[in-house]
Amino acid sequence: MPGRIQSIERAAAILRLLSGRSRRLGVAELAGELRLPKGTVYGILRTLQAVGFVEQDRDSGKYQLGPALLHMGSSYLDGNELRTRALNWADGLATRSGESVRIGTLHENQVLIVHHVFRPDDTHQALEVGSLLPVHATALGKALLAHHDYLVAELAPGSLPSYTPATVTDVYRFRSELEAIAQRGWAVEVGELFHGSASIAAPIEDRRRVTVGAMSIAGPIERLCDGRQPRAEFVDYVMEASRAVSRELGAIPW
Amino acid sequence: MGPGRLNWRYVASIDQGTASSRCFVFDDRARIVSVAQHEHRQHFPRPGWVEHDPEEIWRNVELVVRVALDKADLSPTDLCALGIANQRETTVLWDRRTGAPVHNAINWQDTRTDRLCREITREHGQEMFREKTGLPVSTYFSGPKIRWLLDHIPGLQERAEAGEVLFGTIDSWLIWNLTGGPGGGRHVTDVTNASRTLLMNLQALDWDPALLDAIGVPAAMLPEIRSSSEPYGEAGPPIAGVPVASALGDQHAALVGQTCFNPGDAKCTFGTGSFFVLNTGERPVTSSNGLLSTLAYKLGSAEPVYALEGSIAVTGALVQWFRDNLGLIGSAPEIETLALTVEDNGGCYFVPAFSGLFAPHWRSDARGVIAGLTGYINKGHLARAVLEATAWQTREVMEAMNTDYGRSLSALRVDGGMTPNNLLMQFLADVLDVPVMRPIVAETVSLGAAYTAGLAVGFWQGTDGLRKNWHRAAEWLPSMDTGARERGYRKWKKAVARTVDWVDDDE
Ligand SMILES: Nc1ncnc2c1ncn2[C@@H]1O[C@H](COP(=O)(O)OP(=O)(O)O)[C@@H](O)[C@H]1O
Ligand SMILES: [Mg+2]
Repeated sequence: MPGRIQSIERAAAILRLLSGRSRRLGVAELAGELRLPKGTVYGILRTLQAVGFVEQDRDSGKYQLGPALLHMGSSYLDGNELRTRALNWADGLATRSGESVRIGTLHENQVLIVHHVFRPDDTHQALEVGSLLPVHATALGKALLAHHDYLVAELAPGSLPSYTPATVTDVYRFRSELEAIAQRGWAVEVGELFHGSASIAAPIEDRRRVTVGAMSIAGPIERLCDGRQPRAEFVDYVMEASRAVSRELGAIPW
Repeated sequence: MGPGRLNWRYVASIDQGTASSRCFVFDDRARIVSVAQHEHRQHFPRPGWVEHDPEEIWRNVELVVRVALDKADLSPTDLCALGIANQRETTVLWDRRTGAPVHNAINWQDTRTDRLCREITREHGQEMFREKTGLPVSTYFSGPKIRWLLDHIPGLQERAEAGEVLFGTIDSWLIWNLTGGPGGGRHVTDVTNASRTLLMNLQALDWDPALLDAIGVPAAMLPEIRSSSEPYGEAGPPIAGVPVASALGDQHAALVGQTCFNPGDAKCTFGTGSFFVLNTGERPVTSSNGLLSTLAYKLGSAEPVYALEGSIAVTGALVQWFRDNLGLIGSAPEIETLALTVEDNGGCYFVPAFSGLFAPHWRSDARGVIAGLTGYINKGHLARAVLEATAWQTREVMEAMNTDYGRSLSALRVDGGMTPNNLLMQFLADVLDVPVMRPIVAETVSLGAAYTAGLAVGFWQGTDGLRKNWHRAAEWLPSMDTGARERGYRKWKKAVARTVDWVDDDE
């Protein structure tokens, strides 16, 4: 086994420091922490910047983790934090649509449900927080994947199991669907996970415009759709609510 | 009827809390149309002292109202009324002529009146206070805080007697400023806020001369006591012309927001502290288990409705302390992530008696302990212990509630800033051994203030219609086995026993 490469170890140490509590550091601070010459640290930072792993803050000149890296990290925003910040808007979406609401994040190529609001009809429903759903058979999963190109590129033929006859199992068809979703900003799934039920989802972005989660409504096809098409007003509700959470996270100014 | 009447689409409310001020705008189906929030500074000048700057709070309230309207592109003419819910007991004294506070507000958590309370108790006993106000003498309530300010600011006593200095809880401070301040501001409070001063007679709903005398508070500085739901006056900027039409302590507002309008209905709000409130109907119930007998609300000229309350001083505040003073987490929600790095509390129990113990113990000589520490305990276990402290304290209060009311609650309605914490809500269901339910508007404090303001001006017709807006948004079912629950509770009680008798008489 060849020896370890020192400059990669140093780059890793820099990234680790930038992912720490302060999240934004200057060359001198990093050099001090790592006991390295400033020139060395600067060289590594420039390389990391070129590949998008770090970026320089325009105002302060300090460095922070870059968008490429944030896309790769599956849980940049703590799921518990996302639930807390999204609570009011998720409740509002359930009230407006009359359907149950879920918020999901990507977790090892599955959708992790981090928040669940019951359908507001006071019938018995069980809380699904913590459960995992397949990415390719849920609107949540599609909305999340549409904004994570590198994950889509990794999908292998035959890797998409079928749950109903409507499940999209063909990787090429799935990729082109994701492209359309990325374009229009919302995703739909009609009877692809369970017979007779549908879901509509839109991505949630943080202040760096990184997709940190997605929010959905789910219910019977006949309530959510006209034929196989999602009803326009439901798409609007979902888009508005997810945009409100994105605003809450600083993605869009009010 | 004002000319704006046809435009009435919305009602606004302010939730002036311990941690932050918020403004919400609701439509007639209780849906949130807009929200703005701003935190204010917590001042800790000495151990046990907690202060807020009343001017900062007023500025923040003006700000959040303006921002909430801007965000939804609304103007004051879109609003039928403004309601106010506020952190209770926190005491402001200000100059009637200039509007300037004479001192920082003394916060409800502040324990500086500890010795004063012991003196008052020595001289007058607890009985008179229990009987007339439903409260024990405690640092928690406003009366002693007023007395402390009068004793410590030179010349204040004379100015107060001359009516030059006014007292108010935060509701009064905000209404006075909203309705004109030094230029004719209304000096009023509502029955729920007044019921937390140790100065109001719970039956007469008026200031009681014997109580004023015992604590030494001049009547000239006190606001007029009104119902919780009636127009008190018209607001000036930033919402010129909108009637200020409700005021309630935040916990009472949450009871209304949860539509607990029937005797036997109860809720617990989990914020800085936690407050378990049970509607007891048109008569106060005396507690023999350390609960407070207090007002639920009074809607205009209708009969007053009373409540039993279990007040817990420190719950969310412990999470905040964990974040700010230990720095082990970057935000409050991260405590759940940290707690989930371990399976259980590792034998560690945290009793956050930072301001002594409130219900059901009422021990001002208690201070916090972390019990069961071993070399095995890491920060994940501490995070668990922090969250579990909230649940165990709630269990103590619920047991007192069941005994005093003579009926066991079969489920608990919850709300407040800690309810998004899933781990905590599950643990709560586990140790209470009843289902825990969150309503679809978690912001029940704001909603309750909006309901009462909307009722006062006819935006809503009555409480029955409001019940239709309550829906279950989440439910946690008990899943802990009895043995584990009882062992945990036994340890908790042992830890509590280790907090008392810590503060000495000569401190
Ligand atoms: N996800 C969470 N888990 C635990 N505690 C939380 C969480 N989010 C907020 N908190 C706590 O909730 C409190 C704020 O709740 P809030 O109802 O706004 O309080 P208040 O009305 O007293 O100002 C803070 O003390 C904070 O530590
Ligand atoms: Mg509050």
